[in-house]
Amino acid sequence: MDASNYLYISALLFTIGAVGVVVRRNAIVVFMCIELMLNAANLSFVTFSRINGDLNGQVMAFFTMVVAACEVVVGLAIIVTIYRSRRSASVDDASLLKR
Amino acid sequence: MKWLTLLMLLPLAGAAIISMLPKSMEKAAKQAALGTSLVVMAATIAMVVRFQRDNVDFQFVEKYSWIPSFGINYALGVDAIALVLILLSTILVPVVVLAGWNEAHGGRWSVKTFYILILVLETMMIGVFAATDVFLFYVIFEAMLIPVYFLIGGYGTGERAAAAVKFLIYSLVGGLLMLASVIALYVMSGAQGGHTFDINKLSELQMSSTTQNLLFLGFFIAFAIKAPVWPFHTWLPDAAKSATPGTSVLLLGVLDKVGTYGMIRFCLTLFPEASETFTPIILVLAVISIIYGAFLAIGAKDIKRLIAYTSISHFGFITMGIFAMTSQAQSGAILYMFNHGFSTAALFLVAGWMISRRGSSTISDFGGLQRVTPIMAWTFFLAGLSSLALPGLSSFVSEFLVLVGTFTRYPVHAIIATFGIVLAALYILIPVQIALHGPTTPGNEELKDLNLREKLAIAPVIAIIVVLGFYPAPLLKVINPAASHVITQMGFTDPAPTNGGK
Amino acid sequence: MTTSTSLVYLIALPLAGAALLLLGGRRTDKWGHLLATALSASSFGVGVYQLTQMLGRSTEERPVSQKLFDWINVGAFNVDAGLLLDQLSICFVLLITGVGTLIHIYSISYMSHDQDRRRFFAFLNLFIAAMLLLVLGDSYLSLYVGWEGVGLASYLLIGFWNQKPAYATASKKAFVMNRVGDMGLSFAIMIAFATMGTVSFAGVAEQAENTSEAALTGMGIMLLIAAAGKSAQFPLQAWLGDAMAGPTPVSALIHAATMVTAGVYLITRSNFVFDAAPTAQLLVVIVGAITLMFGALIGTAKDDIKKALAASTMSQIGYMILAAGLGPVGYAFAIMHLLTHGFFKAGMFLGAGSVMHGMDDEVNMRKYGALRKFMPITFATFGLGYLAILGVPPFAGFYSKDMIIETAFNAGGVKGIILGSVTLLGAAITAFYMTRVMILTFTGTKRWDENAHPHESPWLMWLPMAILAIGSVSSGFLLSRGDALVNWLHPLFDHHEEHEQHLLEPIVVSGLALTMVAIGIAIAFVKYSRQDVASVAPEDVSVFTKIARQDLMQDRFNETVFMRPGQVLTTTLVATDEVVIDGTVRTVGKIAMGSGSALRGLQNGFVRSYAALILLGAVALVAAIWVVVQ
Repeated sequence: MDASNYLYISALLFTIGAVGVVVRRNAIVVFMCIELMLNAANLSFVTFSRINGDLNGQVMAFFTMVVAACEVVVGLAIIVTIYRSRRSASVDDASLLKR
Repeated sequence: MKWLTLLMLLPLAGAAIISMLPKSMEKAAKQAALGTSLVVMAATIAMVVRFQRDNVDFQFVEKYSWIPSFGINYALGVDAIALVLILLSTILVPVVVLAGWNEAHGGRWSVKTFYILILVLETMMIGVFAATDVFLFYVIFEAMLIPVYFLIGGYGTGERAAAAVKFLIYSLVGGLLMLASVIALYVMSGAQGGHTFDINKLSELQMSSTTQNLLFLGFFIAFAIKAPVWPFHTWLPDAAKSATPGTSVLLLGVLDKVGTYGMIRFCLTLFPEASETFTPIILVLAVISIIYGAFLAIGAKDIKRLIAYTSISHFGFITMGIFAMTSQAQSGAILYMFNHGFSTAALFLVAGWMISRRGSSTISDFGGLQRVTPIMAWTFFLAGLSSLALPGLSSFVSEFLVLVGTFTRYPVHAIIATFGIVLAALYILIPVQIALHGPTTPGNEELKDLNLREKLAIAPVIAIIVVLGFYPAPLLKVINPAASHVITQMGFTDPAPTNGGK
Repeated sequence: MTTSTSLVYLIALPLAGAALLLLGGRRTDKWGHLLATALSASSFGVGVYQLTQMLGRSTEERPVSQKLFDWINVGAFNVDAGLLLDQLSICFVLLITGVGTLIHIYSISYMSHDQDRRRFFAFLNLFIAAMLLLVLGDSYLSLYVGWEGVGLASYLLIGFWNQKPAYATASKKAFVMNRVGDMGLSFAIMIAFATMGTVSFAGVAEQAENTSEAALTGMGIMLLIAAAGKSAQFPLQAWLGDAMAGPTPVSALIHAATMVTAGVYLITRSNFVFDAAPTAQLLVVIVGAITLMFGALIGTAKDDIKKALAASTMSQIGYMILAAGLGPVGYAFAIMHLLTHGFFKAGMFLGAGSVMHGMDDEVNMRKYGALRKFMPITFATFGLGYLAILGVPPFAGFYSKDMIIETAFNAGGVKGIILGSVTLLGAAITAFYMTRVMILTFTGTKRWDENAHPHESPWLMWLPMAILAIGSVSSGFLLSRGDALVNWLHPLFDHHEEHEQHLLEPIVVSGLALTMVAIGIAIAFVKYSRQDVASVAPEDVSVFTKIARQDLMQDRFNETVFMRPGQVLTTTLVATDEVVIDGTVRTVGKIAMGSGSALRGLQNGFVRSYAALILLGAVALVAAIWVVVQ
């Protein structure tokens, strides 16, 4: 099977994720969209690993997973804290750095 | 004995002592600063005495590896040109400290910070003239901006913050261009016998004329801003107006000399061919500076701005002398750097005392001071005469040497520049008439004349101006070999008498 | 050449006096004037000593030199601080110190009520020192130091009462116009160095014959400009009238007897330049002729006694410059007229000061009249000076002025006739305006105010006047007896003993001159003695009188041509600097700040817009790479 089909799916997933990050307000949804983008990237890595016939891509994918896991830990903690203090999970409400 | 390092360390030691004093001991801080600067002056004189005046190489050389991986050294050494400028700096600092005894009050920070800044600046002034490693020079050249920035922005008057920022940005732009040239030199030196920043080795670099021109411009614009040469001058009047008189003296008297010093040390030495290529343009800029600065001084309403504009005119003379490539003009330019330091110092210090008494720096707020405060008025007058280069005062010797030296090679430039001496009479005598002559302006009747401290501060400056006017030989004997060395290195010889073509 | 170690005392004594009195301050108030006078007198003593020494030596060995120290030595530019006393400079030394000392004595009394008398004497001493340096310097550059030194002293003394704004302006005007002349001297020195490689008198004299005429002409013209500035010659004459703002002794010393004659000194000293540059020499004559008429015409219309005398000075120096421009035959006569003029004009100025002293500082001659009875000594001394300036035999002016007129006629051709006529006409006008001064001041009816109490001046004042009057009577006779001065100066000037064809016999010239003088006197008598003089200057006068009263429009000319355009240029440049140059700088700053605040709008604090921007940036980057790779 043509490997490029995997890349198309990866691009599609990435686009969905990106659009989700930009469009949605709910922090949890934004978060999930980011995960989607990360996984889209993972898919590309694995695909390229397959195309090139070595393991570099797969190694990178593991790295990404680790990073994603860390991000989830920290990110969720932040979101929960924000929700606690503001009673809202909307990212637009958290613009304290500007004002 | 490591004279130069010693000279640089002494002020730092003084600064360290002052920093340990409690804030309330303001008088002690002043005394410590004065004492330190006097010691530095004495040490400099001790060094000057040991200088071999017929030796054109760097003397009192010191060299320590600083960042070996980049070939950067802490390398110091002075020739006659650097020597007289260091002497100028170290004489002016105690004068400034004594003259501006009270000018640190009312600043944004404490009195002791002011003196720490002054002393740190003194270290850098010595270092910038003594550095023989281009990188070290560059670092000090830029680092000098820091104390000056705080001195103007923290202790000045009026729109001091704006003036300080303007000064800083102007200088940084120039410094950036110079940095690019410095890096280019470094890179090229790598291809020709190993990376180095040593000025002697860099001067032997082979490079194409385009490269040389570009690198020359990088250095020259930095120095032209520093000097300042028209049209890079507009920071100076603002900075001089806002700074305290003492800071202005150091700014105009010493820091600006870094520009003209750099032209000789770096532009001429490193890029002789490019210097020759650009000489016509630079001479025109210099002549414009002379005339333009004089006209602006005539039109100035504020006494500090006026002095700043006269300096632009004088720096035009210095630049012209440097690039005229005759031994008279070169010696004259170097002597001019020294003399201008004192004549401007005298003008600025007395103007500062006038301003602090009257509470205004507008010339027309004064009037009839000669009858109210005779000593102050006559000192100002004498300083003014020195600025208009009256024969018998030191500036005349240097100005005339520059003119006569330029005339032998570039008569037209010299002729136009000579018109500056008529304008000089106007820009000095107009403020003299407004401020010192005529009936006493209401509100000035009670002004106090100079006190003993002020007299003590100005007396040596006036003495130097008068003595060097009649007997410049001691200084000229030191300067001449260095000046003719520069000319010879550039491949020039003085034009022979033409006999008018007969 | 003979060397001497005592020349320096000529300068050092008065210079020490100036320094002591200026630095000593109020402590020296009590005896400062005495010290200054004594030092000036001792300088005169040194001068006399030098003269006796000089007389004892053979002609070739008369010049004396003294090297003081290395002054400026750079490359080929070598100037020593050296002094040179020769036959020419000794004349000046004696005139400066002699007349100077008399005027010191006079000033003791004249300035006795001025609280700043000490400062006045310090400046007088400074002037004497600078003037001596001017005539003793052995190079153009040392002359330059004295040249500007006397300019400074003149500035200080004109503006001695500078609390009056007009006086302060007058002093500034004098200094600035002098600086224009000084610029000429700078150029001359530069030309000398560039073409001959030396700036000493001896060096230039030696090199002059190897140098092209063009270069020498250039140098000569520049020297002429310098002389015009210092000697108030056309076109730099406008400052002299205003310079009368200074105390009258100053006018007598600086603006009549000594400093203003420095131009004549410069031209005679540079005879080797002018003799080799006929064009420059011709210009000297022209300038002299113009000024001689210019000053004389102004003199006819002035009511201010000092300004009338100043105009006369200008005119008489015109005579000297003219004579100096006639070349070797004229130099000695220029110097002779300079010396006799020093006596009679200084005497008359002191007389004017004495009149002012008795008339509460009134200077308007229309407010004088019939002062002869009240001030007999002043009248007598002034009258002797008057006869001298007219050139009535056997008074001093007769010898010196007639020689100039005669030499002018003998210049040959049309030039000789024109110059001769101008000098003759000048003599007639001189007679007219000087007679006018005499009549208005000393004869006729009294026109002064009720509260004026004219009285004779104290002996300290009339004694110097009397001595100068003796000089006015005898100096001409003494100097020309057996051609004493001509022979004395002879070795300095390349005087070819060519017995050229005299256009007019000397006796004819004298006859003509005396006739012209008589005509001038007669007109003045008819105009001012036969009818009453209005105590206020009449307004219904001819347009010529009006122009002459305004100094022949010299100030208006300078204002229109130089001052106003200069002011416009200054304001334009100030505006240019503010708007164009600093404006450019500030615009660059504004652009940086403006783009900063524009971009700041992007930092809106919304996470999603940041994310969108990151996305856009990434897409743009990928697109850019894609385009490049394609």
